[in-house]
Amino acid sequence: MNAVEVRGLRKSYGELEAVKGVDFEVKPGETFGFLGPNGAGKSTTIKILCTLAKATGGSARVAGFDVTTERDQVRRHIGLVFQDTTLDSYLSAEQNLKFHAELYGMPRETVQPRLEQVMKMVGLWDRKDSKVLTFSGGMKRRLEIARGLMHSPRVLFLDEPTVGLDPQTRASIWEYIHQLRQQEEITIFLTTHYMDEAEHCDRIAIMDVGRLVALDTPAALKASVGTDRVTIRTDNDALALEKLPHAVQTEDGIVINVEDGEAYVPKLFGSLGVAITNVSISKPSLDDVFLSYTGRTIRDSEQAPGMPAFMAAMARR
Amino acid sequence: MTTTSPAAVAAVAVPARTAALDLRAIKIVVQRDLIRTYQDKTRFVSQLVQPLLFLFVLGSGLGSLTKGSTGALDLKTFMFPGILATSTLFTAMFSAMSIVWDREFGFLREMLVAPVRRSSIILGKALGGATIATAQGLIVLALAPAVHVPVSFGLIVTLMAEVFLLSFTLTAFGLAIVARITQVQTVMGLMQVLLLPLSFLSGALYPLSNLPQWLSIAVRFNPLTYAVHPIRQAVFNHLDITPAVRARLTPPIQWFGWDVPNWLQLLLVATIGISLLATAIRQFQKVE
Repeated sequence: MNAVEVRGLRKSYGELEAVKGVDFEVKPGETFGFLGPNGAGKSTTIKILCTLAKATGGSARVAGFDVTTERDQVRRHIGLVFQDTTLDSYLSAEQNLKFHAELYGMPRETVQPRLEQVMKMVGLWDRKDSKVLTFSGGMKRRLEIARGLMHSPRVLFLDEPTVGLDPQTRASIWEYIHQLRQQEEITIFLTTHYMDEAEHCDRIAIMDVGRLVALDTPAALKASVGTDRVTIRTDNDALALEKLPHAVQTEDGIVINVEDGEAYVPKLFGSLGVAITNVSISKPSLDDVFLSYTGRTIRDSEQAPGMPAFMAAMARR
Repeated sequence: MTTTSPAAVAAVAVPARTAALDLRAIKIVVQRDLIRTYQDKTRFVSQLVQPLLFLFVLGSGLGSLTKGSTGALDLKTFMFPGILATSTLFTAMFSAMSIVWDREFGFLREMLVAPVRRSSIILGKALGGATIATAQGLIVLALAPAVHVPVSFGLIVTLMAEVFLLSFTLTAFGLAIVARITQVQTVMGLMQVLLLPLSFLSGALYPLSNLPQWLSIAVRFNPLTYAVHPIRQAVFNHLDITPAVRARLTPPIQWFGWDVPNWLQLLLVATIGISLLATAIRQFQKVE
């Protein structure tokens, strides 16, 4: 049984077709990255999977349950961590989790042990009695992850789990996510704007204008967009260029595009006959993948709608 | 950081929905409102200031004007049941308003994605608001001896039940209004517009006898009137006053010349409350 199964999914808002027939599945235990520029239909798809919106066509099953006909079953088996905080900041961390446990009707005897377990997992056990309003952004996100795990969901949806956090906190959030994968049999479905973070995923789907444009492992996606780029500096560039017919001279040095940079470089040292003073290999990044599939860098795609959202978030403080 | 070994993981199976689980959901929503109120005692107390101001300042001040017409009865004694009823207004509305606050700050989402009926959550909100407002009513009631109202156990129980019913209906009214509102500021403004007219047109502050016709009609269209009257009746039953004074101060509410009995008035308040709650639930059930 797949953790998530989406078949011909469509969603229209009046005239506007936000999702135009999407098919994919997520295997159990997988960490699945869901990327796409703003307005690509990504959020709409997630809303449907989380039963927060109704599809206008096609079907979707999450944790084995149909999102339209078995809504409560789906809700019982998923955990949700939203981009914007959904904690009650006037309650303590523990009270927030207890509220969740009651609302999800967890068996009473399991509440306290599970609460301790998830709070220890995110390193907040010693702060359980503090009101959430005293927490930093990173602590709040960790608490939300803990809360999303309270009822042992089969699938955890993380919408931009690290957005707005400093690099150190981002790294620690990822540490928790990895730890989580080892400890719980859980499928993680996440969206992110940070391409370096997408690397943590087993597979990545890229959505653009309502359709899925790419779906594969990060390595395969990178391989699909191009080759490794080897840049060398030599004592005699002119001679080196003569010997390397496909190379180009750039500001950084001589650039050669090859399939497998690591294997190519030792051979190059042996055969070039010109002293190489400096060498670097760069691999295609997921940024290149994103650019190649959507025609935009993820930063460009985010900029326009991103700013008002940021301003709104600031104004709310 | 403490880590737990995989073997120790408690796999929690969330059971299928039952009535007992919906009850738990209602309970925790109420409990949260109580915790929040307990933590914000300033608000709880400050919401009592206005009714007490009406009772003791306005009541004492105007009392010197009305001495002739109220007979031996202190104006404050007359106003007391009305103040008891209207003191719930602000608190009940504020409770309803808190759901907009929850929406704006995201917590509503946490409640709406849970595998429970939306009706449980909205009902929990209404019961929470009613409980808090009734608790405030109890404080107002404690002042009864100060305005020459003799209290008995029976009277307290009757009044509390009536106040609870009224505040439940008012919270439901508030919830039905705020269901589609997304900003706290909007609600604040709306409440300001609603609160005073509702209490001024309820007969809380003046008797319903000898009113100009437009006012007596307006009062009869205000649901609050039908809670104020039974509450005042309950209090006046305990007072030692002449039938003539009583008839002037608490004339029966009439529909086309027919005296509306108290039980029907209370039933009317309950019916309005339930239908408003149903309206609110329908609003919150809408899925994108």
